[in-house]
Amino acid sequence: MEWITQTPLREPASIQKKVKCRSRSWCAVSVMMKSRLPLVLLACGSFNPITNMHMRLFELARDHLHQTGRYQVIEGIISPVSDNYGKRGLVSARHRIAMAQLALETSDWIRVDPWESEQEKWTETVKVLRHHYNESLRSLQFRKELMRKNWPIERATEDFLSSLDPVSPELKLLCGADILKTFSTPNLWKEEHIKEIVEKFGLVCISRAGSDPVQYISESELLTRFQHNIHLVTEWIQNEISATHIRHALCKGLSVKYLIPDSVISYIKHYNIYTEESERGK
Amino acid sequence: MEGGSCLTMHSITIQQPWTFTRKKIVGTFTQQLEVFGCDSEVLHLDLWLQGNHMENPDNKREVVLLACGSFNPITNMHLRLFELAKDYLHETGKYKVIKGIISPVGDAYKKKSLISANHRVTMAQLATESSDWVEVDDWESSQNEWLETLKVLRYHHQKLASSNPDNSLQSAVPLIKPGRKRKQEANRYIPVKKNQLSPETKGVPQLKLLCGADILESFGIPNLWKLEDITEIVANHGLVCITRAGNNAQKFIYESDTLWQHKNNIHLVEEWITNDISSTKIRRALRRGQSVRYLVPDAVRAYIEKHNLYSPESEDRNAGVILAPLQKYARGCKQEQTL
Repeated sequence: MEWITQTPLREPASIQKKVKCRSRSWCAVSVMMKSRLPLVLLACGSFNPITNMHMRLFELARDHLHQTGRYQVIEGIISPVSDNYGKRGLVSARHRIAMAQLALETSDWIRVDPWESEQEKWTETVKVLRHHYNESLRSLQFRKELMRKNWPIERATEDFLSSLDPVSPELKLLCGADILKTFSTPNLWKEEHIKEIVEKFGLVCISRAGSDPVQYISESELLTRFQHNIHLVTEWIQNEISATHIRHALCKGLSVKYLIPDSVISYIKHYNIYTEESERGK
Repeated sequence: MEGGSCLTMHSITIQQPWTFTRKKIVGTFTQQLEVFGCDSEVLHLDLWLQGNHMENPDNKREVVLLACGSFNPITNMHLRLFELAKDYLHETGKYKVIKGIISPVGDAYKKKSLISANHRVTMAQLATESSDWVEVDDWESSQNEWLETLKVLRYHHQKLASSNPDNSLQSAVPLIKPGRKRKQEANRYIPVKKNQLSPETKGVPQLKLLCGADILESFGIPNLWKLEDITEIVANHGLVCITRAGNNAQKFIYESDTLWQHKNNIHLVEEWITNDISSTKIRRALRRGQSVRYLVPDAVRAYIEKHNLYSPESEDRNAGVILAPLQKYARGCKQEQTL
C-alpha cells in the first residue's frame, strides 16, 4: 500500500504547512513530517473474530501518539495469525481475514495484511515486524524515485529535494499491556526477540484504568532500559469485548450486535462459522 | 406414561368465559387435575390446562422494552442494553420481546450539558436504523414540561393497548391520574390500585422499563423519584435492569421494602462484558478531539462531527440549574420518603 494518501491530522491547520506543488497533497505532508515522525501500528493476534475493541485499540493509540506532538500515525495493520498457531477454536484464516476486511471497510487508515496467515509455519512476532518494516522500506524507496522523477527540473535543487524525501516510518507493535507481563513467562518469548522488539521497533500498550503496567516495566531490566520506546496508553472507556465471549455467545444464539460490526455478524451467520464443533476444535 | 403433553383430548363445554365453576376431571391422564370449567363453548382441554389465551399459542408473554434517558449522545452501550434484555427474557422461556422503544428525555429536564432534543432524537434514529425491533419515540421529548417516567410508561402502555384489537375501552385511561390526596408517611406501604392498565389485561404486551443499575440505585436519591411512582412502575410494569456484578443491585433491592415486595417483577441481567461507554465519557473524548469510533455507531459519529454538537460550551448548558424532578418534588415534599 502506498503512503501517498495520508490521513489528515485532527489538529489546527497551523501545524500543517501548505506547500504548493504539482504532486498533490503528499508534499504538504512530507514537509509536516519534518516535525513529526511517521509511524505505523501493527497488531498481531487471532482476531477470532475481530471485534470493536480491536479497532478501538488503534484509535486510542493514534490519539495518544498524536497528542505527544512527535508522531503522525499514517497506517494501521492488522495481522491475523496463521492457522497452524494451533489455538483451540481458531477458525480458518480465510474467514478471519475476510471478517477483518469487512470490519475495516469504513476505516481509511487501518487495513488487514494476510502475509502472516499465509506462512506455512507459525511466525514469531518479531519476524512479522521485520517483514512489515522491510516492506515499508521498499515502498519508501519506490516513492523516493517517483518523487525525483516527477519533480520539475527547473525548480529542483538537491537540497530542496532531499528536504522533501519521505522519512522512513517507525513501526510499532500495538498490544494490550498484558503483553508486558507475558514477557516474563518462561519460554514464551526469546530474550533476543524481546530486545529487538523494544529496541528497534517499540511498543504501544493499551491498558485499562486502574491497572499498573509501569510495574511490569520496572520488574524487567530490559524493559526498563527501553522504556522510552514503550508507550503506555490508558483506556478510560472500558469496553472489554473478549473474542472468546463473542464466540460463546454466537454458539448459544445470543446477540453480539454493537460489539462487532453488523457486516461481520452477517458474514458469520452466512457461513455458520462459530459452532460447538468449531469451539471444540476439529 | 409421562406427564406433559401426553394427554388424551377431551372436549368440555364452557359457559361465557368469565364465570367459572370448579370441576375435577379424572380421565385418561396420570394425574388428577383441577380445572376451571364452564359450559357452552367447546374448547380443547389441553389448552385449558395450559390456562392461556388462545391468541398466543407460544404461551409466551409479549413484552415491549422502554428505555428512558438523556441519550446525550446515544452509545453502543445503550443499544447493547436492549440486546442483553431481549436475550435474557427469551432465555427464561416465558417472554417474547416484540419491540424496543428509546424515549429521549425533553429539554425541560434541565440536566447539565443536555443538548437539544432534536439532535438527540435524530442521533438515536440513526443509531437504530440497522435494528429491526428497536425504534425511537419522540413523544416525551416533544412535551413542554418534564414528565415523570411513570407518565411515559402509562402513555406507551395506553398506546399499546389501544392498538391491540382485543382492548379498546377497557384500557382507555386518562393520561393524568385524577387528583387524590397524597399523604406520605415514612415506611408506610402504599397499596397499588390495580386499574385498567394492569398488565393482566388480556392480549396487551407487557411494557417493561429497561435501565442500567444506576437508574435502579437512583430510586434512593431523595426527591428524584416519587415513592408511589416507583411502586407503580415495579408493580404494574416491571423493570429489566442490566448490571455488571449483580451484587450491588441485589443488595439494593433487598434493602428496599417496596422493591423487595415486587422483586419478581424486577429482572436483573448481568452483562458479560465490561461496557463502560457512558455518554459523559463520549462527550469528554469529543471535547478533547479524541476518537469515539467503535463506541458509538458510525452514523452517529458522523452526525456529531457534521454538526459539531459537543464542545466546552455545550457542556456548560444548564450549569447551575436545578434538575426538573428535584425542583418539582422539593417544592411539594414535606417529608423524605423511604424507599
